[in-house]
Amino acid sequence: MNQDLSERLQQQVLNAANTSQPLQIKGSGSKIFLGHVAAGATLDVSAHRGIVSYDPVELVITARAGTPLRELEQTLSDANQMLPFEPPHFGLNTTLGGTIACGLSGPARPFNGSVRDYVLGVKMINGRGEILSFGGQVMKNVAGYDCSRLMSGAMGTLGVILEVSLKVLPKQAAEITLVNKTSLPQALDTMNHWAGKSLPLSAACYDGEHCYLRLSGAKTAVESARLLIGGEQHAASHAFWQNVKEHQHPFFQSEQPLWRLSLPAEGPPLDIPGEWFIDWCGAQRWLLSNSSAEIIRQQAQQAGGHATLFRRGPAAAHTETFQLPADGVMQLHHRLKQAFDPAAIFNPGRLYPGL
Amino acid sequence: MKKKPFASADEIKPALDKNRLVAKLREILPRDAVLFDEEDLRPYECDALSVYRKLPMIVVLPGTIEQVQAIIRLCFAENVPVIARGAGTGLSGGATPVGDGVILSLAKFMSILKIDPLARSAVVQPGVRNLAISQAVAAHGLYYAPDPSSQIACTIGGNVAENSGGVHCLKYGLTVHNVRKVKIVTMAGELITLGSDALDSSGYDLLALINGSEGMLGVIVEVTVKLTPVPARAQVVLAAFDDVVNAGIAVGKVIGAGIIPAGLEMMDRLAVQAAEDFAQVGYPTDAAAILLCELDGTHEEVAEQILIVREMMQQCHATEVRTARDEAEREAFWKGRKAAFPAIGRLAPDYYCMDGTIPRKHLPYVLRRMAELSIEYDLRVANVFHAGDGNLHPLILYDANVPGELARTEAFGGKILELCIEVGGSITGEHGVGIEKLDQMHLQFNDEELIQFHAVKHAFDPTDLLNPGKAVPTPKRCSEYRQLPTQGQNRSSQNGAQQA
Ligand SMILES: Cc1cc2nc3c(=O)[nH]c(=O)nc-3n(C[C@H](O)[C@H](O)[C@H](O)COP(=O)(O)OP(=O)(O)OC[C@H]3O[C@@H](n4cnc5c(N)ncnc54)[C@H](O)[C@@H]3O)c2cc1C
Repeated sequence: MNQDLSERLQQQVLNAANTSQPLQIKGSGSKIFLGHVAAGATLDVSAHRGIVSYDPVELVITARAGTPLRELEQTLSDANQMLPFEPPHFGLNTTLGGTIACGLSGPARPFNGSVRDYVLGVKMINGRGEILSFGGQVMKNVAGYDCSRLMSGAMGTLGVILEVSLKVLPKQAAEITLVNKTSLPQALDTMNHWAGKSLPLSAACYDGEHCYLRLSGAKTAVESARLLIGGEQHAASHAFWQNVKEHQHPFFQSEQPLWRLSLPAEGPPLDIPGEWFIDWCGAQRWLLSNSSAEIIRQQAQQAGGHATLFRRGPAAAHTETFQLPADGVMQLHHRLKQAFDPAAIFNPGRLYPGL
Repeated sequence: MKKKPFASADEIKPALDKNRLVAKLREILPRDAVLFDEEDLRPYECDALSVYRKLPMIVVLPGTIEQVQAIIRLCFAENVPVIARGAGTGLSGGATPVGDGVILSLAKFMSILKIDPLARSAVVQPGVRNLAISQAVAAHGLYYAPDPSSQIACTIGGNVAENSGGVHCLKYGLTVHNVRKVKIVTMAGELITLGSDALDSSGYDLLALINGSEGMLGVIVEVTVKLTPVPARAQVVLAAFDDVVNAGIAVGKVIGAGIIPAGLEMMDRLAVQAAEDFAQVGYPTDAAAILLCELDGTHEEVAEQILIVREMMQQCHATEVRTARDEAEREAFWKGRKAAFPAIGRLAPDYYCMDGTIPRKHLPYVLRRMAELSIEYDLRVANVFHAGDGNLHPLILYDANVPGELARTEAFGGKILELCIEVGGSITGEHGVGIEKLDQMHLQFNDEELIQFHAVKHAFDPTDLLNPGKAVPTPKRCSEYRQLPTQGQNRSSQNGAQQA
């Protein structure tokens, strides 16, 4: 049922702030595995739901945080539009709020941009229990600091997201995936080579044996790119990428700790024992490995990136999820946390210990 | 634009402080990189919104990041405000000096440090001009997508600070979408890296926050930009309409058809006539409005979409639809648009450029109200419009020598911004708040929101030394503002003596 529970949520936050009681913000709980479970009473946002406004011609949709992503995507699809960053759901009832807070994007990321690239505005409750609106429902808006994009990926540590406005785009007319057998170094080179050309590329991954290049666009454009790139056409393109996005691809069916390494796309393969699945032209590398967190993080950092323990598995129960940033950046995190949530009530410890 | 009187000498800090600071700065920098004589300071007294003028106390021109850090540490210790400056093409007074402050010019940071075609990125110093990046990487079939009309002059550091846009934003995004990594020096003198060479970094998206921060959170000393493949083909359609409403409807039709043009610009009659007089590119000067719709991508895609767009324009009763036949004609179509500001500038002694954003569907209403306001305030207004993303640039024509006209212009401008907010838009799409739109910030944000902005500012700069007094008004002014009869008053009080 669509309803606006802003006031009730605000009251709960005020109560928590007044008594310095931590709150664990929860949508559907589909990404509970990401980050340490925060302490505190549950603040359930999932009933605060519904699409507030959507006019396809404006290319903007505004919805409450508890709106199921499924419902939102269906509404867009009915108008032949989409969320260009292809957010993974990782569950049936995934909410919009959690999608923004976790800041995860799907296979189209290197070509279409990320979650935060499409965030136009956010309505939120800060740690003082104030309802604030940043950004707006227009494509361009540089009034004030960009606090709305800041909420994306903050794991709910800066405030309760109430409402989000997103830029949306038309769906592409045609989509195919080309498959080529190749080695990892060769695949990295190939993916980045084509990404630098004017082609309707929309996803590029390597599963250890084959390189997959997805083309989306006007029929004629997809067809001419197919002739140029070559390779076998995948029989079930849509299902393949859906499985990659939702981690239903066979690679992800494992008990081993799953690491996500965010690296410069064109960088060479890293020398960490384990199994690799390379997405985003090489910028997002999934690793199943029992190697120590120190080794993985050190290597990721040396290569210019960072590593997230995405699914911990029984073996790595106590390892931190997210890699700590450099000291100066970490200090800014603490000061920003203080700026938004002075009593430190929102999701304490979910992102970093002590934050 | 007309000059306003300069700041009076007594507003500048006592000479003793100044001499001592100059001496200390000379320990960090070569002699010719520390300017303090009035005539040397004059070029820095304003940005491109020259109704705001103020002589800074000192201008410094460092050449290395270490020098920037040392200058900032010194100013921090001495409690002296620091204002970063790129090319000074800003249109909201963002780089306007304060009388007791130091202007930190990034003009010497002119090197392109690295171009990596495979990674599709370039590492550049902040003083590199926007267009220079695209020129330097052209040989690799790449370019830097955001293209403000000021791109021959403005710097990438200024672009990041303003989150600048251009005519290609709708498809390729703003600066924030095209920057991967930024190095800043904080007011504590610390060198900090935001973002990375990967597509994301751990923790808060501080990279997004620094974009559009108007030089108030950190001094940008290095930028890694994302490069985009030059499209195989780009072609532009020019459509003329005898009614702006039809032009507005056509914009919606194109987007409704699932086409995202690389650029979609509208100019009204006054703008078209001025641009044609200026650039002689063959615009139909009898039209009430023209649309320029550029499509880019693969040959096949463009060929397909050109036909659809032409069809849409005709359906919306375009009186004429032309497709540029070759690159020369395409450039000619754009030349008029790119020269629109200076062209309109010739129609009157002065012009004032506004920058509001609206949901596109309200365009007919907003244009009608603007025409009414134009009569009410007895000032002409020309409209250049990034129609695809709803970003209006009304240019108000006035003569600063006519007593009261500037004040009337500012009041008219304020009304236009209020109109943008009324229909759910924003007071600035790309030019920033600076000092120009401080008053209207109160209309777009409430006190709690403004306080939150200040808290963000203080997380980076606890003592308000970096570009103080810009972009976010003090919430206290809120009540003052609402009592003011016109917004112009507030501005004159900021600038001291000028028009009363
Ligand atoms: C004719 C004309 C057309 C224009 N067209 C467009 C347009 O199409 N789109 C658009 O978006 N803008 C446009 N502008 C506005 C302007 O060019 C942009 O805002 C530009 O990004 C400013 O760059 P700059 O180097 O001149 O910055 P400046 O004017 O020097 O500074 C702008 C702001 O950025 C800060 N700053 C500058 N450099 C740094 C740094 N290294 N670190 C931290 N802060 C810094 C300054 O303190 C100031 O607040 C136009 C201006 C003119 C005059």
